Amino acid sequence: MFPKLLIANRGEIACRIVRTARRLGIPAVAVFSDADAGALHVDMADEGRWIGAADAVDSYLNVEAVLAAAEASGAAAVHPGYGFLSENAAFAAACQDRGIVFIGPPVEAIRAMGDKTAAKRIMAEAGVPTVPGSLGEDQDADRLAADADDIGYPVLIKAAAGGGGRGMRVVERAGDFAEALASARREAASAFGDDRVLLERYLARPRHVEIQVFADTHGTVVHLFERDCSVQRRHQKIIEEAPAPGVDAALRRRMGEAAVAAARAIGYVGAGTVEFLLDDDKSFYFMEMNTRLQVEHPVTEMITGHDLVEWQLRVAAGEALPCGQDDLRIDGHAFEARLYAEDPARDFLPAAGMLSHLRFPAEGAHVRIDAGVRQGETVGIHYDPMIAKLIVWDGDRDAALRRLRTALAGVQVAGVATNLDLLAAVADHPAFGSGDVDTRFIERHAADLFPETGPASGQFLALACLAVLLRRASEVAAAARASADPWSPWHSTDGWRLNDDNHHVLTFDDGGRPVDVLVHYRRGGFQLELPGADGALVAGGEMDGAGDLVADLDGSRITATVARHGDELTILCGGASHRLTVVDPAARAGEQEGPTGHLTAPMPGKVVAITAEPGTAVDRGTTLMVLEAMKMEHAVTAPADGTVTAVHYAVGEQVEEGAELLAFSVDGDAAG
Amino acid sequence: MTAIKSAVNVRSQDFKANAEAMKALVADLRAKVTEAKQGGGDFARERHVGRGKLLVRERIRRLLDVGSPFLELSQLAAYGMYDGEVPSAGMVTGIGRIRGHECVIIANDPTVKGGTYYGMTVKKHVRAQEIAAENRLPCVYLVESGGANLPEQDEVFPDRDHFGRIFYNQAVMSAAGVPQIAVVHGSCTAGGAYVPAMSDESIIVRNQGTIFLGGPPLVKAATGEVVSAEELGGADVHARTSGVTDHYAMDDGHALAIARRAVGNLNRVKSHNLDVREPREPRYDPAEVYGIVPVDLKKPFEVREVIARLVDASEFDEFKQLYGTTLVCGFAHLFGYPVGLVANNGILFSESALKGAHFVELCAKRGIPLIFLQNITGFMVGKKYEAGGIAKDGAKMVTAVACAKVPKFTVLIGGSFGAGNYSMCGRGYSPRLLWMWPNARISVMGGEQAANVLATVKRDNLEAQGQSWSAKEEAAFKAPVLEQYEHQGHPYYASARLWDDGIIDPAETRMVLGLGISAALNAPIEDTTFGVFRM
Repeated sequence: MFPKLLIANRGEIACRIVRTARRLGIPAVAVFSDADAGALHVDMADEGRWIGAADAVDSYLNVEAVLAAAEASGAAAVHPGYGFLSENAAFAAACQDRGIVFIGPPVEAIRAMGDKTAAKRIMAEAGVPTVPGSLGEDQDADRLAADADDIGYPVLIKAAAGGGGRGMRVVERAGDFAEALASARREAASAFGDDRVLLERYLARPRHVEIQVFADTHGTVVHLFERDCSVQRRHQKIIEEAPAPGVDAALRRRMGEAAVAAARAIGYVGAGTVEFLLDDDKSFYFMEMNTRLQVEHPVTEMITGHDLVEWQLRVAAGEALPCGQDDLRIDGHAFEARLYAEDPARDFLPAAGMLSHLRFPAEGAHVRIDAGVRQGETVGIHYDPMIAKLIVWDGDRDAALRRLRTALAGVQVAGVATNLDLLAAVADHPAFGSGDVDTRFIERHAADLFPETGPASGQFLALACLAVLLRRASEVAAAARASADPWSPWHSTDGWRLNDDNHHVLTFDDGGRPVDVLVHYRRGGFQLELPGADGALVAGGEMDGAGDLVADLDGSRITATVARHGDELTILCGGASHRLTVVDPAARAGEQEGPTGHLTAPMPGKVVAITAEPGTAVDRGTTLMVLEAMKMEHAVTAPADGTVTAVHYAVGEQVEEGAELLAFSVDGDAAG
Repeated sequence: MTAIKSAVNVRSQDFKANAEAMKALVADLRAKVTEAKQGGGDFARERHVGRGKLLVRERIRRLLDVGSPFLELSQLAAYGMYDGEVPSAGMVTGIGRIRGHECVIIANDPTVKGGTYYGMTVKKHVRAQEIAAENRLPCVYLVESGGANLPEQDEVFPDRDHFGRIFYNQAVMSAAGVPQIAVVHGSCTAGGAYVPAMSDESIIVRNQGTIFLGGPPLVKAATGEVVSAEELGGADVHARTSGVTDHYAMDDGHALAIARRAVGNLNRVKSHNLDVREPREPRYDPAEVYGIVPVDLKKPFEVREVIARLVDASEFDEFKQLYGTTLVCGFAHLFGYPVGLVANNGILFSESALKGAHFVELCAKRGIPLIFLQNITGFMVGKKYEAGGIAKDGAKMVTAVACAKVPKFTVLIGGSFGAGNYSMCGRGYSPRLLWMWPNARISVMGGEQAANVLATVKRDNLEAQGQSWSAKEEAAFKAPVLEQYEHQGHPYYASARLWDDGIIDPAETRMVLGLGISAALNAPIEDTTFGVFRM
C-alpha cells in the first residue's frame, strides 16, 4: 500500500477519502486554495499544502501545482475525488510521467470515455445499446440543426467534453435550437475549454439508472449493482438510491453485464460508473461512462458493505479485487440526499454565504453524513455549493425512506438558502414513495414540490420580533459596558417615554411580502400586534447560554433557534423553519440620493457576455448582460423600456452580489 | 453608606387618600399629554399622511435608536393659550439617543397651524437650544414650518428672545462646538431658511422640502416672476445647484436614515470625572411617593421618605443632620451617579440657609451634580429673624446656588413660593432641567398668604378711615385673589408658559433625573467661582 496519499480535491469528498486513508493507516495530504485555508478537509488531513488562488483554474484544476504538492509532500499516489482533475487524461498522464500513481483508470480509458462522441461509438461497437443521436462530426450550426430534425424533437444538446449537466440543453422545438446551441457552447467552452456538442433523442419518461463497475489489473471486472438517480433538477441529481425501485434480478443482470462489457471494451481499471437511460419498456441505452468515483457512491457502499475508496486504493496498488461477482449481494436499501446551498425562491440560483447555523442528525448505523463544511464556514462562489450528503440505510425501501424523512427533519441550516425543503418534499411525495420516478420527476410534480411559500405564522413572527429586540438589547448593553458612562439610563431599550406609552414598528420581508409588527413596550416585555391577528400577543423571553431563544408567548414557553446572518433571520422551531429579512429603516442611508436607474448583480458571478452598449434603447425584458455563477447562466434584463446609460463591467470580470452592473434610465423618468 | 429607614405606613388611611388623589392627578396629566400629542387633529393628520409624509412623532421615532428613551420637553407648552389651538406649541422637542449619542431634537409639527411659530413656539425652540448648548448636545432640527405666525408677530419677531434668537443661537452653539443637523421635510421660508443653511449638515426631502428667503407669492409681488415652490427652492435646486443642502432624500424615512448617519460621523466621545458605581434600585417602591405627598400643600411631609424612593438603594449620607433641620442636605447616588440633594423639610431659617450654602459649596468644589427638591413656603419672617440677619443668610444660599457651575436639577414636589424658590434653584437660577410634579404650585407666595396680605392692607386702610369691614366682605375680597393664585400657580399654567421643562409623574422622577444627569455629562463640569458672601 502507498506510504502517503495526496487528495487532489476539497469539500466532502476530500474528507471522505481522508477517513478511509486514516482507517488504512495511510497518511493523507490535503491541498487547498486561498478560499479553503482552514477548511474542514485541510484540518482533517495529516498535512495541508497550498496550491494557489481561489479560482479553481489556479488551484484545484492546476495540474502543475497539484503535482508539485504531491512531490513536495512525498505522496506516492494521488486520489482525484470527483470533478476537478478526476477525468482529466492529461493530469493522469502527467502523474504517470512523474512516477506518481493516479487513483483511477488508465489514461486511454479516460480519453476514450471523456469524449462523449467517441465513447458512444465505442459502446455501439461493443454491442452496448445507445440512444439515437448525432455524434456531431460536423459542428456547423446548420448541420447540427438538420441532425436534430432527423433525430426528432425533443432533442438533447450535450457538451462533447463534459458531464454533470454543464453545457447541456433540452430543446423542445426547432425554433429554439439555435439559441440553445449558442448557450450550450458558451457554457461548454467556459467549463471544458471545448465547445463541441453532440445531440441525442430526448426520451419522454426515462429513468437514470447507473451501474457501478470495478476492475482490477488482474483481469477481473465486477459490477456492484445499480443506483437510481432519476430525481434530478436541471440535470443535477439530488436524491439517489440503491437498489433502483422496480428493477428485477433479470434486468439487473442484463444491465450489469452490459456495464461490465463496456468496461472491458476500454480496458478499464478501478471504479467507474456506466450511466444508462432506462425506458418504460425496460430497454436501456448507454449514456456515458464516468471514469471516477461518483458523488452518490455511498448508497452502493451502504447496500454492499464495501468501502469503494478502499477498493480504489487496493486496485491502484496492484492488488486483486477483494471479491468476485458471485460474492457480491444487495443488503437492504439506501438513499442519498444532496444538500445544496441554493435559493429556491430565486430559481435555485447558487447561494453563497456564511453558514451561521448548521446542525445534522446524529450519525449511526442508519445515518451517515458526508459533509465538507462546518458551522461558521462560508459556502463560496468559487466551487460547487454542496453542503453535505445525507445517506440513510435500512432493511427495505419503505423503512429506509422513513429514515430519510427523519434525517432531513433533523437538519438545521441558516445563513444561506438551501434546497432542504425540496429534499423533504421529494421524500414525502407519494409518487416517490411508490418508486414512480423518472428524470422529469421534479418538473412533473413541481406544483407539489415547490408549494407557494406561505407567510410566516404568528408564532414565527413573534419569535423573530423577540430575537430582534433581545439582540438589540444585548448589543446596546455591550456598547454600554464599553462606554465611559456605562450605567446611563440612556442605554435602556424599553422604549421609555415621558407621560406616555411607546411602540415601535418592526418590518420584515417575508418572501417578498412586507410584514409590519407593531411592538408595544410593556414593563418586562412586549405586546405584539401581528398582522391579521385579533388582539395583541404578550411576548417576553431571553437568550439561553447555548444561544437559543427561550420565549414566553401568551404564557406558553417555546424554545427556538433564531440564526442570523446580516439582516436575514432563519427561525427554526419544532422541526419547521422560516426565513425572514429584517428591514432596517436606518439602512436606507446608503440608498441612492436622488433618482436614477441601476441594475445590480442578483448573485456573485462572472460576466460572460454583454449584449447592450451604453446609449442603446431597449425594450423591457431585453437581455443586457449575462452572468455565470458556478454552473448557471443568468441573464440581466431591462426592467422597463429605457436606455442603458453605462456598463460598469467587462466580460470576464468577477462581480459581487448587489454590484451595480449597468446604469439604466427608464423611459419617461427624467433622471433629474 | 447609610440607608434611610422608611417609617411610612402604606396601609394608613392618609396614605391611601394621598395615593388616590395623586393617581387622579397623574391620570389627568397623561390624558392632557395624549390630547396634545394629537397635534392639529384628525383632518390635518390624515392630510399630512396622505401626502406620503411621516407625522412628527413618527419622524422622531425613526430618528432615535430603537427602544431608546426620549425625554420630551415642554409637552404642555401653550396649553390653554391661543384658544387651545396650538397643542405643544406646534413643536416637539426633547433629548433622545441617536447612534448612541444624546441629542436634542427640535421638530416642527406641521399639522398644527402649518408649523408656524407662536410666542410659546419660539420660547420652546429657544429653550431646547439652550439645553443643547448648556449640555453640549448635538442638535437635530426636523423642519417643516411656515415661519412666524403673522398675526402673532409682536410676540414672535422683535424681542431679544424671539425668532432671531434661534439663528443667533445656531451660530453661537456652532462656535462652541455643538454640532447641528437639519432635515428639511417641508417649508423653510424666510428666516426659516437659515435653519438648514446654518446647520453643519442638511438634508432635504425630494418633492417635499423647500428652502427660500421669499416664497413664490412674495417673488411674484416683488418682481413679477412666476415660479413654483419646487423650482424656487426644492431638493433638486439645493442639492444639485445651490449647495444649501448636502443630502438629497427620496422621502422622510430616507432623510431620517441619512440624519442618523450624519450623527454617527460626529466623532464625539463622552467622558466625565464622576465616581460612578453600579446603580441599585431604591429599597422602597418609587410609586409609594403617591401616598407620601399630601395634595394639600399645607400638610407637611417627611422629605426623606421621598429621597428614599429616589436614590440608589435608598442610601443617603446626610450632612449637618442636626443643624438647620428644615433643610435636608446629603450625598447619594442616582443611577450610579454621585449627587448632592438639597430638599426642603419645612420653612427656611438662617441655619437652614447657611447649611444649604455650605453644602452647595461642597458639591461645587467636588464636582457633584445637585438636585433640589422644592417644597418651600419661604423664609421665616418676624422681628427676631430679621434681626438675626436672615436676609444675609438667605443671600448666601442664593449666591451659592446661583454661582455653582455643577449641573443642577430642580424638581418642584410641593409648593414653590417666594424667596424660597430662589434659594432652591428656581427657573431664574438656570438649573439644567426643571420639572414639576402635578400637585406642585408656584407663585410669589401662597394664594392664602397673598389674599391675607392684601386683605390686611385693605382692612388697615379701611380702619384708618374709620370704616368697618365685615368677615363676609373680607371673604368676598379674598376669593378672586385665591382663585387667581390657584389658577396661575397650577402646573398646567406654568408649563404652558415654559416656566418649567415639563410636568412629570412623581414615580418617574428617578428616571427623569437619571436621564438629565447623564445628558449633562456631555459637557465638562466647570470650576465654580463664587461671588461675595455677605458675612
